[in-house]
Amino acid sequence: MTIDTGLLVIGDRKIASRLIMGTGGAANLEILERALVASGTSLTTVAMRRIDAATGTGVLDLLRRLDIEVLPNTAGCRTAAEAVLTARLAREALETDLVKLEVVADERTLLPDPIELLDAAEQLVDDGFTVLPYTNDDPVLARKLEQVGCAAVMPLGSPIGTGLGIRNPHNIEMIVAAASVPVVLDAGIGTASEAAQAMELGCDAVLLATAVTRAGDPERMAHAMRLAVEAGRAARGAGRIPRRYWAQASSPDPDAS
Amino acid sequence: MHVWINGEQRELEAGASVLDALTALGAPSSGVAVAVDGEVVPRAGWSGTGLVDGARIEVLTAVQGG
Repeated sequence: MTIDTGLLVIGDRKIASRLIMGTGGAANLEILERALVASGTSLTTVAMRRIDAATGTGVLDLLRRLDIEVLPNTAGCRTAAEAVLTARLAREALETDLVKLEVVADERTLLPDPIELLDAAEQLVDDGFTVLPYTNDDPVLARKLEQVGCAAVMPLGSPIGTGLGIRNPHNIEMIVAAASVPVVLDAGIGTASEAAQAMELGCDAVLLATAVTRAGDPERMAHAMRLAVEAGRAARGAGRIPRRYWAQASSPDPDAS
Repeated sequence: MHVWINGEQRELEAGASVLDALTALGAPSSGVAVAVDGEVVPRAGWSGTGLVDGARIEVLTAVQGG
């Protein structure tokens, strides 16, 4: 049996875990810490906001202590200009060139605005960023993001925070088939089977937050997600059986002897 | 002079720098970034960058999210 030891490579970074976590939605830092440890993640998102003397830099201190690399996002940005400024501030504050680029169209759907997203991606690549765009499950947009130099593409399974899973698995497969950069299923995962499904479809990693941080027991769900990502990756590598219309007996025919 | 720091109006002495604004806010020196009127001011320029009356200063850090 060959054991898969391939590391996820994004830009010039080797990422030890194929489960990328978000920190949003956890009730407090203690719960977040237990979930992050149980997930086995080595890369985790944070948002950039006005500093508040009460909260300080607690989440950064936690990630540093756990030796988890930080992936700043541009959540809340509606235009390319806002996202580019937020990414530059994140690079300055966190001393990283990584950015999870989010440019959403409206609050109700939080779906990416493809025009602004592509514009921001191009500007940030030109400015030396390693850009990981949160994108629609659109194979054409994914290809264009790769063409402008994004280091990965991160299509949604369904809208952020919905837990509706992967609504269009065929589109995800088409994105995977065409991409030569890593594909990270980002957003919409509700439970472990959906994280496994993302990997079975050929995604290179899964990014999730809400499914863990708002679960009844975040620590246990984080562990479940870790196993699911590993299982899905292993199953993809193993090669599933073809789907058949009619049954095929798995025991010998009693009349044959 | 008056400036806006994270949306709140504050009084600073004429000729105050970005670093003075951060001190007034009580911000830590690491894990934060500053934009003045929509332009990032790199850390190395904080003490040497003067503010003008009415300047809009944004001081950001990382919070839980995503």
